[in-house]
Amino acid sequence: MRTAFFGGVYSNWVALEEALRDARRRGAEAAYCLGDLGGFGPHPDRSIEILRESGVVTVQGNYDDAVGNMKTDCGCGYTDPRDNHFARISYAYTVEKTSAAHRPWLAALPERLSFEHAGLRYVLVHGSPRQQNEFLWESATPDHLLESLARDAAADVLLCTHTGLHWQRLLPSGRRVVNVGALGRPANDGRTCVWYALLDTEAEEPFRFVPVEYDHERLAREMRAEKLPEEFAETVLTGWWTTCLEILPVKERLRGRF
Amino acid sequence: MSGLVQLRPPEVRFRWLDALWIQVTGTLCNIACKHCFISCGPKADQVPMMSTEQVERALDDGRELGMRQVYFTGGEPFLHPELQRIARAALQLAPLTIVTNGLLIDDGAVGWISEESERSRYSFDLRVSLDGLTAEQNDPVRGRGTFEQVVVAIRRLGRAGLSPVVTVVEHEEGLASSEARARFLQFVRDLGVRQPRVKFLPLLRIGREERRTHGYQDHGLVQSTPLLPEVESSLLCATGRIVTAQGAYTCPILIEHATARLGDHLTDAARPIQLRWDACQTCVLDGLRCNT
Repeated sequence: MRTAFFGGVYSNWVALEEALRDARRRGAEAAYCLGDLGGFGPHPDRSIEILRESGVVTVQGNYDDAVGNMKTDCGCGYTDPRDNHFARISYAYTVEKTSAAHRPWLAALPERLSFEHAGLRYVLVHGSPRQQNEFLWESATPDHLLESLARDAAADVLLCTHTGLHWQRLLPSGRRVVNVGALGRPANDGRTCVWYALLDTEAEEPFRFVPVEYDHERLAREMRAEKLPEEFAETVLTGWWTTCLEILPVKERLRGRF
Repeated sequence: MSGLVQLRPPEVRFRWLDALWIQVTGTLCNIACKHCFISCGPKADQVPMMSTEQVERALDDGRELGMRQVYFTGGEPFLHPELQRIARAALQLAPLTIVTNGLLIDDGAVGWISEESERSRYSFDLRVSLDGLTAEQNDPVRGRGTFEQVVVAIRRLGRAGLSPVVTVVEHEEGLASSEARARFLQFVRDLGVRQPRVKFLPLLRIGREERRTHGYQDHGLVQSTPLLPEVESSLLCATGRIVTAQGAYTCPILIEHATARLGDHLTDAARPIQLRWDACQTCVLDGLRCNT
């Protein structure tokens, strides 16, 4: 069985379309989205419509909960004033530009999904099973915590996103945790591609991360036309994060430029 | 007192353990900052240094409770004779932050931090205090000559490719304004630190700070304000605890308050607490969050 897992679309509808094409090309029979459809990018309705039309089963992210329920902020969990400044701009834009018709759909998305295949239970969440906006960073999440989160969620394989950076870990118990990364913006590595996770249950290494090259210049043009912050366009064009840096643990921070 | 209604302090339920703080050197410090919220200093022995075994016990208990990250604090953690051993023990389990005044970070310490950061799967952070952009701004609260010494230490860390988080206490008006934040960030960048981060902390009006300026003047403010669920769940005491040589406490600010002691060990402390101290207003109303 081949299945694609997407996270953090952040209104990057150009990358979403390309990722869906790529996953089909690689023989994926199904695709799941782990939430946060809006924020950062332009025209939030487009990503929602692509997902709804293509039948991608979607987990609710904190952004979807916030936009769907018209909350006062995105609930991303930043504490730094600069990060909050950009988060507010992004959230106000996304709320304004998301059609009222999509809000009930966003609000009704499930916080958790699961399925079984070949005797393994896969559990899909946005942040963590215990908190929708919990950041599970590679360098800041201990094995013992992942073991207990997966065990409590009855997951043999736990899939999450929310951080925007992809990684996976096979735990001492044999359980696996996969942070599927984000389609919405690059992985702060100086490359303009974005990433998703592809499961191939027949392969020796069941999960691999797939880079998606897409027309990032088009996305940046649309961001500028929508008067979104230049810092966002810069990230799309350079592959380096310019905002949301305060939340990065030191190992991840030192891999970036800013 | 008849006629007065005694307000019950709001309760904060214990959600889970995110941050395990360990008061490794108790109140022993090589300087005596005038705004220190627990009156640490070279002769301060009201909270003793922890033994290596006590630290290891706290780490074991923390793992049992699913801790996410560990903080070593004091006093000055670099005064602990077994710092390297306990830091490695922590890093084998979880990410670690050492909260330091930076004065003991010589070339040897930088070499050790680099090596340990490289070796560990988990992030190893340093939080270095600097309370001003000049000696004139920093030294009156942290002590004469500390500005120059900390600047040297930060440069040394930067040269080794390390990126300490610089923490600034807002001990004077305007120190955390948006212009000041930008200036601090540039200052640290100019010292040679890649991807710099500066964390600003509001003043806590307890400990020695009470004598420098004044203590809390509005008593009972937290008790008379409704505690919103989203504020409750974001408080350090909802997901953090501190262990000292004298037992487990609600939070790092309150280790000198017997009423904040929750038991002998961390495992005794995984239970709800009440916001009954004046200092709680700095977290509840001013939004202090001690995590890195």
